[in-house]
Amino acid sequence: MKLDSKTPPGPLAEKWARYRSEIKLVNPANKRKYEIIVVGSGLGGAAAAATLGELGYGVKCFCYQDSPRRAHSIAAQGGINAAKNYQNDGDSVYRLFYDTIKGGDFRAREANVYRLAEVSAEIIDQCTAQGVPFAREYGGHLANRSFGGAQVSRTFYARGQTGQQLLLGAYSALCRQIDAGSVMMFPRTEMLDLVVVDGHAKGIVVRDMVNGKISSYAADAVVLATGGYANVYDLSTNARGCNVTAAYRAYKRGAFFANPCYTQIHPTCIPVSGEYQSKLTLMSESLRNDGRVWVPKRKGDTRPPHKIPEDERDYFLERKYPSYGNLAPRDISSRSAKEVCDDGRGVGPGGLGVYLDFSDAISRLGLETIRERYGNLFEMYERITGEDAYKTPMRIYPALHYTMGGLWVDYNLMSNLPGLHVIGEANFSDHGANRLGASALMQGLADGYFVLPYTIGAYLADLTHKRPSTGHPEFHKVETEVEERTKTLLAINGERSVQSIHKELGKLMWNDAGMARNRKGLKEAIAKIPEIREEFWDNVRVPGDGKEINQELEKAGRLADFLEFGELLCRDALDREESCGGHFREEYQTEEGEALRDDENFSYVSAWEYRGEAQEPVRHKEPLVYEEVKMATRSYK
Amino acid sequence: MDLTLRVWRQKDRNSPGRLVEYDAKDIDPDMSFLEMLDVVNERLISREEHPIAFDHDCREGICGACSATINGIPHGPERATTVCQLHMRHFKDGDVLTIEPFRARAFPVIRDLMVDRSAFDRIVESGGYVSVRTGSAPEANTLPIPKDVAERAMDAASCIGCGACVAACKNASAMLFVAAKASQLNGLPQGKPEKDRRVLDMVASMDEAGFGNCTNQYECSAVCPKSISEDFIAQLNREYLVASIKQRFARK
Repeated sequence: MKLDSKTPPGPLAEKWARYRSEIKLVNPANKRKYEIIVVGSGLGGAAAAATLGELGYGVKCFCYQDSPRRAHSIAAQGGINAAKNYQNDGDSVYRLFYDTIKGGDFRAREANVYRLAEVSAEIIDQCTAQGVPFAREYGGHLANRSFGGAQVSRTFYARGQTGQQLLLGAYSALCRQIDAGSVMMFPRTEMLDLVVVDGHAKGIVVRDMVNGKISSYAADAVVLATGGYANVYDLSTNARGCNVTAAYRAYKRGAFFANPCYTQIHPTCIPVSGEYQSKLTLMSESLRNDGRVWVPKRKGDTRPPHKIPEDERDYFLERKYPSYGNLAPRDISSRSAKEVCDDGRGVGPGGLGVYLDFSDAISRLGLETIRERYGNLFEMYERITGEDAYKTPMRIYPALHYTMGGLWVDYNLMSNLPGLHVIGEANFSDHGANRLGASALMQGLADGYFVLPYTIGAYLADLTHKRPSTGHPEFHKVETEVEERTKTLLAINGERSVQSIHKELGKLMWNDAGMARNRKGLKEAIAKIPEIREEFWDNVRVPGDGKEINQELEKAGRLADFLEFGELLCRDALDREESCGGHFREEYQTEEGEALRDDENFSYVSAWEYRGEAQEPVRHKEPLVYEEVKMATRSYK
Repeated sequence: MDLTLRVWRQKDRNSPGRLVEYDAKDIDPDMSFLEMLDVVNERLISREEHPIAFDHDCREGICGACSATINGIPHGPERATTVCQLHMRHFKDGDVLTIEPFRARAFPVIRDLMVDRSAFDRIVESGGYVSVRTGSAPEANTLPIPKDVAERAMDAASCIGCGACVAACKNASAMLFVAAKASQLNGLPQGKPEKDRRVLDMVASMDEAGFGNCTNQYECSAVCPKSISEDFIAQLNREYLVASIKQRFARK
């Protein structure tokens, strides 16, 4: 099957403007006849639901949280990029576009990324008008900060809570539409399956998480804004509830899943402190500007850090990368930390951590300077670990925090399954193999406010398929399947808790498909995951029944999908015999340990098609054609 | 360390609840409070008992989902800390911890420690926004806003909507929550045109939801995980007074 990206013709810089002028529109009086389902209420979902409601469509928005304001976009700290050039430092739409394409290691679709850069400035206008309290200069104008992967200062921020403020802005717009009656909100409601009628996505099956009722909703189009899949690794910086179920169910109903192996790891997280650990917390990477990373030279050295003399310490980043030292790029620092820990020289409980030592910086710059620069981070570190990092080195370790892969979409943000639209982290399109800092918020809001509301209109204007009622046999069939699945989960009544099996899957994924991957490990994981899956379906224990609040049942349903999805991720990682962005294959590296991309053979998007339980999925290719940019080696030297 | 927990167990909104005692042995001081509950739940599951239901999600103190009252204090004894960021090293071996849901008439308990806080959403729906259509915003820098005004708006906007303020108040008042949202928007030039309508509608919606009145004890601010200041309540009161006077004269 040929994947058509439906990228409009014409020069890159004119594509979006021309597309908007030429697409068919839905007559304002007809808009209210269309029903749209939006699943998820993060930046993408809330922005899309609010905007579509405002346009006059009938919108139903679903989220698993108790309020749409709690979606995980809220946890983003750093900022949001926009090509405003307020700093007069030479920024432009083209430069933001190029930085994003390069940062993504030339594995993103050119036209989508250009459009993202184009609408970025409008996002800042929109959010400011909503009352988002962005940081300002004394003159009253908006302030910017710099972020990795760019030589200009284009990141807008609201203290360390940019995601929260942008989400609350989108939530307030959503609330306004709920009040106006154009959006119906369904909190504590989880999508459990997609309903496809005559080849078009026409509805969803959901579970009311309070009374357990399973029911269906029909629509003319379905929008998934359900986030990423980092929790397939169990421990990540994602919220505990983040899951792949909506996207994975859509995949099983025919939507292609693109580039699942593109996952991003953040090098400076607070390490795991024990088996009970439920979540990893990220700390700003800026810490590496003044901290020195080291581990003991000797394996199993359990002396406290201050008892280890200077010549028995291995400052491994400084040793291996003398020119970059402690500021080596994210992926390289992460992998080096893993190497020394695998070598038995990791520090802290479980040996999965390295020191980030500020003692040199404190004696050089003074305690006050360090406190000014990083006071809030030291405080956060102390809150979680109980340790004072001014006196003893911090312990850090890399953690999963974002997934670039997602459901395949065309230029219209529509999946190969007509009617199914996918936005934000849930789709694959804009970040290629690696996402730059402060670009996730930009993409979520771009898709939700400024792209999808146009493109979905183009789909609806051409729509000949009538919206079915939920009495349609297909709805009945899917609903029955969902009910059966729930009953099965509740009836297993085995010996193991959901969490213990999730942990097992997470460890396997982290070891074999985490920071560094190789053929042998991936093959082993592909063989092992079905065994864990079998153990789950034979031996999981889900107490309670389905007719009430049952958090174990919710977790079990999500884990069941992760247990299948993890295998797909490993297959994709095995299939991509190159290293690019967040995907590092040990077989494909330069002598200096840098990622070795293979443009000749792998310059394409891998889009996986589900072929049923008995068969392996099939990989389709969307070739990446660059009309404007030349592919170059990603070098930050 | 070994602890004794007295946890509120309630099957659903309509069933009566009660405190049930559990042993929590071998608790690691490095665990967060919710991780301690995870461990207790794993043990309950292995004994074929129902785990304790509680709301949580981000576990880094920003989503506002987690909510529990520990020994009478919403979010527990540490200041400016949500339950998910509270660590067990702040307790000691042998402690008896009473863990209850946030109590308020407007927050009905739906199971164990979970409450229904949708009344907060309804308050925001009634006016906690600036009416701006997507795409109709002016260029952001055409409206300079003094830094101190923006900072004050940000102080108010830090609210995570957890509801601890309501749970701490003897009247179960939502004034701090309403005041924070109203002050964020009313203080900014973008929010000025709808200022009067906003405070009148949000306060009406708050009253309708069954929240109590504020008697200026400021328990709310003391337990707020984001340390939102009670000054915003004073601002809301002033703005409400002005708006209601204007409304009365406008009608006559």
